[in-house]
Amino acid sequence: MTNIPSDNLIKKPRSRWFDVWDQFKSHKGALVGGIFFVFIIMAVYLIPLFWPHDATYIDIRSRNQGVSLWHPFGTDQLGRDTFARMMQGGQTSIAVGLTAMGLSLFLGTFVGVMAGFFNKFDNILMRLTDLFLALPLLPLLLLMMLLFRDPLNAAFGPEKGIFILIVLAIGITSWMPTARIVRGDILAIKEREFVLAARSIGTKNSKLISRHILPNVVSPIMVSATLGIANAIITESALSFLGLGFPPDFPTWGRLLYDATDYLTMYPERVFWPGFAISLTVLSVNYLGDGLRDALDPRIRGR
Amino acid sequence: MLSFTIRRLIMMIPTLLLISLVIFLLLELAPGDPMAQIPLTVPPEVKQQMRLALGLGEPMHIRYWKWIVQFFWLEPQVLIDYYFGSSFSEGKLRVISWQTRGPVMDLVVQRLPQTVWVVGMSYIVGVVIALPIGIYSAYKQYSIFDQTGTFISMVGYSVPPFFSGVLVIVIFSVTLGWFPSIYDTTLVVNSWDNFVLQLKQMIMPVMVLALQTTAQISRFMRASMLDNLNQDYVRTARAKGLGESVVVMVHVLRNSMIPVVTVIALGVPSVFGGAIITEQVFRVNGIGQLLITAIQATDLPLVQTLTFMFAILIVIFNLIADILYGVLDPRIRYD
Repeated sequence: MTNIPSDNLIKKPRSRWFDVWDQFKSHKGALVGGIFFVFIIMAVYLIPLFWPHDATYIDIRSRNQGVSLWHPFGTDQLGRDTFARMMQGGQTSIAVGLTAMGLSLFLGTFVGVMAGFFNKFDNILMRLTDLFLALPLLPLLLLMMLLFRDPLNAAFGPEKGIFILIVLAIGITSWMPTARIVRGDILAIKEREFVLAARSIGTKNSKLISRHILPNVVSPIMVSATLGIANAIITESALSFLGLGFPPDFPTWGRLLYDATDYLTMYPERVFWPGFAISLTVLSVNYLGDGLRDALDPRIRGR
Repeated sequence: MLSFTIRRLIMMIPTLLLISLVIFLLLELAPGDPMAQIPLTVPPEVKQQMRLALGLGEPMHIRYWKWIVQFFWLEPQVLIDYYFGSSFSEGKLRVISWQTRGPVMDLVVQRLPQTVWVVGMSYIVGVVIALPIGIYSAYKQYSIFDQTGTFISMVGYSVPPFFSGVLVIVIFSVTLGWFPSIYDTTLVVNSWDNFVLQLKQMIMPVMVLALQTTAQISRFMRASMLDNLNQDYVRTARAKGLGESVVVMVHVLRNSMIPVVTVIALGVPSVFGGAIITEQVFRVNGIGQLLITAIQATDLPLVQTLTFMFAILIVIFNLIADILYGVLDPRIRYD
């Protein structure tokens, strides 16, 4: 009687993340989107390591070439290999996307936690959020690029300066939705019993937030993170496309598209590569976010 | 409802003042110098006089106050003078553009029709296409139509207008040669031929902008219809023998339109913002293009006024969305 195998009676408890993964897997688009996004990141960072052409090497004799084995995407008006430039542009675009998303997520979560957890900050922080939401963002971004480009370039060099500026500008103008979502969730969570219990045993506010409340708002934050990447990549490309982003010798996908429009009538295929790269990346990230939203929402999960 | 509207209208004033202050301070505290483009051979005292001529001599708060007075008090007077032939604004200094040395508002009035035509038309076209797609794909959830619609709207959402715009130019102007790639604003529509020309040059920008609108609105329409299709009142309507078309098009649609209408109202300012890029692609000389050229030429009064006008647009349409929500849905009470 004593040797009943115990693992038959008590199943190992499944962690929440298994459920999330199961739901995520069932969403085909999200899975494909996620895999594709990882693939793009790997490609733009790993391929240049063994690619024979340098993105900035000017070979004037082989300029304006079409698609060939040696130059799979052709060359541009200065004979630079388009494929190598695409990879380097992708590195910049994705780095901007990820960093700007991180900054906007940090700002949004910080404001959301402050407003949701501390009643005295709630009113003023939410008015601030409303104010930011009422600002015309694209004109303001263009304005910031114009006003702060030269001083930052002088301080950090043309590439780093513009990188810092674009990341800061996108981060500062895109944290509002995250802040609103986080605040709403925290307002509900902080009234729950486990928060009261934690408080009653003398947990300090900082620990209460980091140990008990933040883990419960991870899912909306993750969804806004994926949407934030897509938004940041599109914004950076738009700025570069309007000629207010990175300098010409420093390729990003938006900049390559902008340069290619000058040769639209003669070499229309040049527009496609960066355009497709931006669109496919954003599409895969959007699908990823869609799947994550379904997977992380407990009301939908298990249906 | 009325008291809510009045309260919100009054709240608009401090919001707009604060936004104008933010824009002004951003321009003011930025380390750039508006005289940076002037050649170095110009002696410093001449430079100083140019600075004074541009109105940069006074301290910051006085310039801000001047701009506020000019924008909120003088420009409406100019408008009244224009319509009624009165002379309230005679001899008073308006907001002057540094590029043209002419009043900023005159530039805006010149550029506004093109933007309103292209953007307004594309928004209407987008909404008109989006609503039936949203309704039908919700009604036939998970059908092939729904799956395709979801995919296409996802694509429309992800393809940025500066790529889709260039793409349609390559396809329809470069390869097929059907439509002109540059928008001709001097065209006066006074005959059938000119009307056809106008239609041809508008098709591509409208198509590009409408794709974005359609993608967003059809998603909202679908989600909102799906929320309502499973409600009890739908079962009741079917149970009492109403036809399927009446159930869907009258009972469900009317309830689903409530959130969608507010989304449509909220989307108007962002479409104007998105038009900045589309106007650049198709060379439409509208408001967005004016903003870009002003930014490139460091024409601060023009930039400030235009940015602020975009802000006014956002605040007004937020208000319209709130009021519409209350009017359409009797369950919502703001008091």
